Amino acid sequence: MKFRSMSENIAGYAFISPFIIGFLAFTVIPMAISLYLSFTNYDLFSTPKWIGLDNYIEMFTGDEKFWHSLQVTFTYVLAGVPLRLAFALCVAMLLNRASKGVGIYRTLFYLPSIIGGSVAVAIMWRNIFGNDGTINALLFFMGIDKKILWYQDPTSALWTLILLSIWQFGSSMLIFLAGLKNIPPTYYEAASVDGANGLQQFFKITLPQLSPIIFFNLVMQTISAFMTFTPAYIISKGEGGPLDGTLLYSLYLFQKAFNFFQMGYASAMAWVMLLIVGLLTLILFKTSSYWVHYESKED
Amino acid sequence: MKLVQETTKSEISEPMTIKSPRFKPKRIVYHALTGGLAILMLYPIIWLLMSSFKESSQVFITAHSLIPDPFILSNYVQGWEGIAGQSFGVFIKNSLIIVGLSTIGAVISSACIAYGFARIQFKGKAFWFACMMVTMMLPHEVVMIPQYILFSKIGWLNSFKPIVVPQFFGHAFFIFLMVQFIRTIPVELDEAARIDGCGRFSIFFRIILPLIVPALATSAIFSFYWKWEDLINPVLYLNKAEMYPVSLALKLFLDTETASNWGAMFAMSVVSLLPVVLIFFLFQKYIVEGISTSGLK
Repeated sequence: MKFRSMSENIAGYAFISPFIIGFLAFTVIPMAISLYLSFTNYDLFSTPKWIGLDNYIEMFTGDEKFWHSLQVTFTYVLAGVPLRLAFALCVAMLLNRASKGVGIYRTLFYLPSIIGGSVAVAIMWRNIFGNDGTINALLFFMGIDKKILWYQDPTSALWTLILLSIWQFGSSMLIFLAGLKNIPPTYYEAASVDGANGLQQFFKITLPQLSPIIFFNLVMQTISAFMTFTPAYIISKGEGGPLDGTLLYSLYLFQKAFNFFQMGYASAMAWVMLLIVGLLTLILFKTSSYWVHYESKED
Repeated sequence: MKLVQETTKSEISEPMTIKSPRFKPKRIVYHALTGGLAILMLYPIIWLLMSSFKESSQVFITAHSLIPDPFILSNYVQGWEGIAGQSFGVFIKNSLIIVGLSTIGAVISSACIAYGFARIQFKGKAFWFACMMVTMMLPHEVVMIPQYILFSKIGWLNSFKPIVVPQFFGHAFFIFLMVQFIRTIPVELDEAARIDGCGRFSIFFRIILPLIVPALATSAIFSFYWKWEDLINPVLYLNKAEMYPVSLALKLFLDTETASNWGAMFAMSVVSLLPVVLIFFLFQKYIVEGISTSGLK
C-alpha cells in the first residue's frame, strides 16, 4: 500500500512537472523580482538602487499622469463592460430560438470577436473613425455636414476604444446563449399560464436563472478589460493621446518601462494593478450573494 | 429594452408560428432586425475588405461607398513587397514558426499536466491546482518586466525563444479545459486498461489522448489565435525586421503610414485576417464548445 501511494506521488509529479517548473520560472521568481524592483530605482543598465516606498509615494502623490490613466481605465472598464454584457445578452436572447438562420447569425455576430484582438482590426478602427473615415462619410450622407474629429478630442477618442470593445461581444454572447438553453422551458410555460408578460418573465425567470453566468462573464470581462493594451497602443500609435485621453493603465506602464526605462516605477505600477484587479474581483464576489441566484440552494 | 420584450414574446409564440401562417410578418420583422444588426456589425470588416481593392488616393474620398471604382489588385502586389526590406512572405513565415512551435508546445504539455491533475491522486495536488487557477487571473504586467530582464540576461533577446519556450510549460486555460474534459471520461476505461497491463504512460497515450481530441483541437485553435494576434511580446523581444511576425509588420506599416500606402496597409491587414477567419469557419464547432464550457477568450 505504501509503495502504491509512493508511485502515485511520483507519477503525479512527473506528469505535472512541466507546470511546476514553468510556474516557478515564469511566475513565482519573476513576481518576487518584480516585488523587489518595485522598491528600487532601476534603469535596466545600472544596478537597482533601494529607495523603499518612494515609487509608491511618487505614484500616489506626485504623478498626475498615473491618476489620469487610472481614470481613463476605469471609464473604459465601467462603461465598456456593462454595455458589452447588455448587448451580448440582448443578442443572445434574439438568437435563442429554433429557427432557420440562427446558426448563421451566431457565426456572423461572433466573427468580430475572433478577429478583434488583432492589429489589423485596430488599424481598421483607426481609419473608420478617421477624419475622412467611414463614420464621418456616412454621417455626411445622412445630412450631418460637420466632421467629427474623433481622435482630436480625448473623450471621443476613448469612446472609440469603448465601442471597439463593445463590438467584440461575441464570446459573452456564446456563454449567455449556452446559459439560456439551460433554462427549463416549463418555467416560461408555467409563467404564461399564470399570465406573466414578456417583461415580467425576463425579470423573474431569465435574469435570476442567468445570474451565475452574468456573474462569471462580469468577473472575466472586468479583469481582461482592465488589462487592455493592443487597441490603445495601435490606435494612438503608442502615445495614448490625444491629451492622454486613451492612456490606458497598461499602456502607461509599458511606456514607463520600455520608453523611459523606469523599471522600478513600472514594477510598482504592476503591483498596484494587481491589487486593483484583486480588489475588484473581491468586491464582485462579495456583492454576488445579493444578486446571484444558485439553483442548488433551493434543491 | 424593447428588443428584449420583443424576443421573449416571440419565443413563447414560437410553436404557433409553425402552425399558422398568420404570424409570418413577425418572422420577417425578426430577420430584418437580426439581419440588419448583423450587417451593421460586419460593416467595418466589409469596408476594410473593399477598401483594399481601392486606389490609395480614393480610399478616403470614397469612404462612404463599398464599391471600389476602379477595382484594383495592385495593393496586394505592393503590400506583399513588404516593408523595411522584407517581403510580407517573411513576416508570415515568422508568424507561422512562432505560432506552430507555441501551439505544439502548449497543447502537448497542457495535456500531460491535465492528465496528472485529473487522474492521479498525489500529495499536494489541491495546492498546485489552486496555483494554476490563480495564474489564469494574474495580470501579465506583473511578470512582464522581470521576464524581460531575465531573458535579456541570458541573451535571448531578438530570438523567438522568449515567446515560444514558456509555452512548453503548459497553459492554465488549456489545462483547465482538458481537466474538465478528462473528468467526463469514465475511470473504468483506465482500470480496464490497467488490468490488461497498460502502464500510466500507455493509458495516457492510448486511452486518454484519443478521447480528448476535441479539447486538444479547441486548445490548438485558441493557441493559434492568441499567438497570431500577439503584439506585446514581439514588440518587446524582436527588433530586427527580418524576424517580425505579421502583427508587428502591420504596426510598422502604420508607423510609416502615408497617404500613398493606405491601400497596401489595408490589403495586408486583410491577408493577416484570412487564416483567422478561415480557421474560424472550418472549426467553429470546437471554438463554440471551448467558450461555452470554460469561458475561454
